Amino acid sequence: MQPAFSVIFLTTLIGAAQGLFLALYGAELTGFGGLSPEDGQHLLITGSLVALVLTGLGLIASFFHLGHPERAWRSAAMWRTSWLSREVIALPLFMAGLFVYGGAHFLGLGGTLWIGASVVVLCLSLFVCTAMIYASVRFLQEWASALTLVNYTLLGCASGLTLATALAAILGASDLAAAYAWGAGAFTLLAFFTRVASLMRNARLKPKSNLQSAIGIKHPRIVQKAQGFMGGSFNTREFFHGRSSEVLRSVKWTFLLMVFPLPLLGLVLGVNAASAAVLLIAFVIQYVGLLAERWFFFAQANHPQNLYYQTIS
Amino acid sequence: MTQLALVIDLNVCVGCHACVTSCKQWNTSGSAGALTDFNPYGADPNGTFFNRVQTFEVGEFPNTQTVHFPKSCLHCEDPPCVPVCPTGASYKRAEDGIVLVDYDKCIGCKYCTWACPYGAREFDEDRKVMTKCTLCVDRVTDTKLPEPERKPACVLACPANARLFGDVHDPESVVSKAIAERGGYQLMPEWGTRPANHYLPRRKTEMRIHPEDLERVDNPRKIDGQQPELGHRTPGREDFAT
Repeated sequence: MQPAFSVIFLTTLIGAAQGLFLALYGAELTGFGGLSPEDGQHLLITGSLVALVLTGLGLIASFFHLGHPERAWRSAAMWRTSWLSREVIALPLFMAGLFVYGGAHFLGLGGTLWIGASVVVLCLSLFVCTAMIYASVRFLQEWASALTLVNYTLLGCASGLTLATALAAILGASDLAAAYAWGAGAFTLLAFFTRVASLMRNARLKPKSNLQSAIGIKHPRIVQKAQGFMGGSFNTREFFHGRSSEVLRSVKWTFLLMVFPLPLLGLVLGVNAASAAVLLIAFVIQYVGLLAERWFFFAQANHPQNLYYQTIS
Repeated sequence: MTQLALVIDLNVCVGCHACVTSCKQWNTSGSAGALTDFNPYGADPNGTFFNRVQTFEVGEFPNTQTVHFPKSCLHCEDPPCVPVCPTGASYKRAEDGIVLVDYDKCIGCKYCTWACPYGAREFDEDRKVMTKCTLCVDRVTDTKLPEPERKPACVLACPANARLFGDVHDPESVVSKAIAERGGYQLMPEWGTRPANHYLPRRKTEMRIHPEDLERVDNPRKIDGQQPELGHRTPGREDFAT
């Protein structure tokens, strides 16, 4: 598939925001790791604001994917059948939840644990909706797997926790930052195993369709001599990444390096040196790595329609 | 329930692209148009088409067959592109089974194209909506047209009559009989999309000569016994034998 940058930014930004919110709520549940209630409150308000900004940026990015952004409101209509429609509902709900959660802390209202719990539900359902947009397309076998759901969730949590670590360090809560760093490390490691598992699965994937089933002729040797046109079309634009396999391979190693070992190193260094800057750099590296990861996720998916568009002559 | 569809005879298609150009002409000027071309006369043209004729070579030289393969939307009975549409712009008409896009509702998110294994949908970069073969819904339902012309433009254009059009749910229709009698098949059956369009396979071309072709069996003079049948290759036989 041709990687769509609007969607790459959308999924990575909201993933980080969701992970950040889960980290914030986790801190509230566990009593802020020795932080004073005022400082904890401050962290939750700032963190909710950051998460809200990230989801807002993601939402803006998603509009660039649409041919008719002014009709975007229509896309909530088919929530009974379409995961995309469900995401369109789940994302604003999660944003509203973040706003209410952060606002309740800001105004010092009670019952924030309960508000937070319901936002957790919204957050997790957003993970499911986002990932199922891809996992539910059975024709893209690289995506049609439970690992897609697991990876979206774990990678979102990992980047969100790394961001929470940096945020806690910036606000001077070094104990909490250390605790977050443990969480970020654990999720990064966990995500490493599941992402590598999906890479291994995809490497061994056997395409369900072939040229024989595509045109219904059972001869073992079929060669396309002409795809029917010499110029380009949507079929040649949307479904090919247009890069060489070397580029694909280098993007894969780039994201494997930038999403997993480098941020882990940054977390260890940053916590030991109590340096918020290093932790922030760790998050930036991981986020850029996730952009590469999402690009690769798209580029690796091979659509069966490509069987029909192989030869120009 | 009616399910309109095309049945394409690969044994007959000569790959002339008349269906491609007539489709483009009709739909670019009809209710589905205009089908945008970018840079059509330049070095790198880019266009929108609802129908293509592709060419495949089957077998190993010298035993090869050239197969011309027209491909347009197959109007699946279980269309995977419809449920994924977030706005409901993509829909399958209940009355005749045609899969259509409501251009006024489409937001141009292209999600439906990911969910079509056949690559039948093409995004129109000018109007920013998804477009696809409409089975010439504006022709086939137009009662102002004379009955024989209520067919898709591609069907009317085909000089070899390789394209049949009709209701595949009606067992008495031309298309159903062609599918049943000539082994009509669907593309990529492994996905369970149940395409309504069918393809008729290549057939071995054999020359069959029946005795009736050589000798008129119902010659009345012969039946009456007035004219005895002469032996093969005897003079005068051709006067009344045929």
